[in-house]
Amino acid sequence: MESLLSLPVVISALELGFIYALVAMALFLSYSILNIADLSTDGCFTLGCAVGAQVAIMGHPVLALFAAMLAGVCSGYIMAFLQTKLGVESILAGIIVNTGLYTVNLAVMGFSSNLSLFKCDTVFSLFKGLFGSTWYKLITAVIIVVIVCLILTWFLGTRLGLSIRATGDNADMVRASSINPGFTITVGLCVSGAMTALSGCLIGQYQKSCDINLGTGMVTIALASLIIGETLIGKGTMFKRITGVILGSCLYRFAIAIALRLHIPAECLKLVSAVIVAVAIASPYLKKQIAFQKRKMAAMSSGKRGTGC
Amino acid sequence: MLKLTNIKKTFNAGTVNEKIALDGISLTVKDGDFATIIGSNGAGKSTLFNSIGGSFYVDEGSIELDGRDITYVPEYKRATQIGRLFQDPMKGTAPHMTIEENLALAYLRASRKGRGSAFSRITGEQRKFFREKLALLDMGLEDRMKQPVGLLSGGQRQALTLLMAATLVPPKILLLDEHTAALDPATAKKVLNLTKNIVEEHHLACLMITHNMNSALQLGNRVLMMDGGRIVLDISGKERDGLTVDSLLQKFSAGAGKELDNDRILFSK
Repeated sequence: MESLLSLPVVISALELGFIYALVAMALFLSYSILNIADLSTDGCFTLGCAVGAQVAIMGHPVLALFAAMLAGVCSGYIMAFLQTKLGVESILAGIIVNTGLYTVNLAVMGFSSNLSLFKCDTVFSLFKGLFGSTWYKLITAVIIVVIVCLILTWFLGTRLGLSIRATGDNADMVRASSINPGFTITVGLCVSGAMTALSGCLIGQYQKSCDINLGTGMVTIALASLIIGETLIGKGTMFKRITGVILGSCLYRFAIAIALRLHIPAECLKLVSAVIVAVAIASPYLKKQIAFQKRKMAAMSSGKRGTGC
Repeated sequence: MLKLTNIKKTFNAGTVNEKIALDGISLTVKDGDFATIIGSNGAGKSTLFNSIGGSFYVDEGSIELDGRDITYVPEYKRATQIGRLFQDPMKGTAPHMTIEENLALAYLRASRKGRGSAFSRITGEQRKFFREKLALLDMGLEDRMKQPVGLLSGGQRQALTLLMAATLVPPKILLLDEHTAALDPATAKKVLNLTKNIVEEHHLACLMITHNMNSALQLGNRVLMMDGGRIVLDISGKERDGLTVDSLLQKFSAGAGKELDNDRILFSK
């Protein structure tokens, strides 16, 4: 294993794991809690990266984080507007927003397909002096993600958060509690959009570049992280579940890192991702099936029971 | 006080499947009135409740609650004044949230001023209040406040829903749509008793759909019979006191011009 996972590999897997955990947390909110398949994630991620890059170049990298989150809120709001005010199905709304965002993202990037941040400061470089050159990126990412995680946990325990959770659980009951489900969906998607865009912004600053295709496939990756986390941690308190999502994101990055170390060519990475996602999603079902087959085999071998017909 | 004036609702208007579900219903339910509703399949009982509750808007007519016209008020806003229970015990609670969290949501219906801001959390004081209310159910739920509602039985969930719909914040009117039909006889009896106590204690206006002829006659102070989207019988006061199941069925035949046709109606004692 040592040759497979050296310290730098572990550190960079953790760095990416934590940063991408924000998208997984966004999907946790929209998919697990609100029960909405938000396909605008890809575009929203790139939007966060593009807005963040531009603000970092022209302004300040910390300001960029907030600007990106604001952009994510707008994206989430449009997504919610289509669903709650215009009656568009959630999957279609996501595809529409995603398509529209492609042009918006190009425009934000000044109609070029990539931006470089090599000449400007990033949130990571700001912390470099403070934490030393090996750990600074990881520590910065962890601090940001832990802050977001705590805020999200707190938020989901407030009255508004409870209303959002109930909306995905039983919308009839929410209406009966005199809460407008349209409103809770809107708030939920805005918060989710903000986290997705924040993640995009951090990735842009992390790799010091922004590419128009950065977000492609992001929804699959985030879903994989989310499901790995939920499979491992299971149900429980909100804090436990959100921690599970972060863990899932890190594990996913380790799987990718190992694939790379096994000299799988970079062109094949998407296929590897797809396989990991499929395995992660199928595993809870397979686990149940295997347990059942074992029970069946045991019963059959012990006395030929249960084999009628 | 609830006042319906000539409300009409037609489904699939203009098609071969056109169905006149409510055919000009006018009805007044005063505070403290507890009316049971019986009727054939497709008589429009649930449609009537959906119209009052705001699941859809009526085609014609008006709905007034305490003198305010709520005909075009959206469902979630009406919910501050209207408590509803359905036959399906799963419908009124969020299964993946704890008992305490469900109660906290129902408590949102409380006066807008007193309930705290959107970012407030469940306080210790509220927890105590929820505990006291849960203890009234006598089901041991007060010691399971941190458990998800999905773990409760149908009867427990229905009792909890009743608590959420009617007692935490008493509504102006309570709509019960066969809320005990899916429960076993013992639990059904318990939930019915609870219902009776709550309605009396808070002096609520209450409408209850039932298929049990006996409870239709025993509970409340008024019986309504529906057929073909109309109210064909409305019996209250002294006339109701002497009523038996047989005489009720006879009155129905006379009023509707046909036999009561309902495959789920219960005549048992």
